[in-house]
Amino acid sequence: MTVLATLVPLQAVAFALVALGAPVVVLTRDPLRQALVNSVYGVSLVCLFVVLEAPDPALSMLVVSGIGYPLVLLTAIARVRGERRRAEEAADD
Amino acid sequence: MTRRVRIVVLAPALLGLGALFAWAIAGLPAFGDYRGPYGYVLNQVVVPLRHTTNVVMGVTFDVRGIDTMGEEFILYAAVLGVTLLLRDESGSNTVERHTRRLGSDAVRLAGVLMVGGGVLVGLWLVAFGYVTPGGGFQGGVVVAGAILLLYVVGSHRDYRPFRDEHVLDPLEGLGAGGYVMVGLAALASGTAFLTNLFGPGKSGTLLSGGSIGVLNWTSAFAVTAAMLLLFAHFLETYVAPLELEDAGA
Repeated sequence: MTVLATLVPLQAVAFALVALGAPVVVLTRDPLRQALVNSVYGVSLVCLFVVLEAPDPALSMLVVSGIGYPLVLLTAIARVRGERRRAEEAADD
Repeated sequence: MTRRVRIVVLAPALLGLGALFAWAIAGLPAFGDYRGPYGYVLNQVVVPLRHTTNVVMGVTFDVRGIDTMGEEFILYAAVLGVTLLLRDESGSNTVERHTRRLGSDAVRLAGVLMVGGGVLVGLWLVAFGYVTPGGGFQGGVVVAGAILLLYVVGSHRDYRPFRDEHVLDPLEGLGAGGYVMVGLAALASGTAFLTNLFGPGKSGTLLSGGSIGVLNWTSAFAVTAAMLLLFAHFLETYVAPLELEDAGA
């Protein structure tokens, strides 16, 4: 239990980071920036899982928030922006 | 609908949702409270029986090994679906694309070092998955993600071997099929499907866990190949056409 007790301040900090990070993700308006901010928020969740002594969910969260989700978001954003640019070019012609 | 009407409609819904949410939160068990018996049972049983110091892996690849097989085939089916949807019938895979490279040498060097480091961390996560936290699924995604970084810091040509279906498809099949083969080997030796075959080994070493180590590597192969196949299709369908426009402009 002594180990758990020393972790309490760290857990409080990790919870605070998560609580602060979530609204920041929501309040970011630009999708590209939002994808990056969301990844940073994911890292704060990873830290929370680690200090709650749950390393396996932390690893899963790391690969989801660090690799899987940003990839899907970034390809979607690239696709939408590419189409918008193409439409603008067509309008210019 | 005016703003006023919207707020009038929203307010009771928000209040109701808030009340239900508060009710649900109030009924939660205390922080750190754990009621289920299974966690306690597994913590007692897995290390003495299977000698895998990471109990999670002992559970996923042995105690409920057949569920993990199902999960692996969910991933397999998902990648199959993406492949069928995004299949490139024009054969443009064979065209050597010339795309812009990153301008800064420092960024490229740092990126290439990160590719190497990432692959190493991924392989370590896989190899020691049943000794320390990690495992085939997470490690496989890390390896694939590190390889994807090569596309970002390098070029299409550098990344080419890692989006070649002639390499990835057999790897994916080996991973998904290998899991079933381990299960069938147990069946052939006269025990139940996916029974742990080899001795439990020495606890805390790479030679612990028996079949768990083999299953761990097969799923790592399957997951790495699945992720690389997904990246290949996404890049080919969504990102590469845009880059081609940039290069032409």
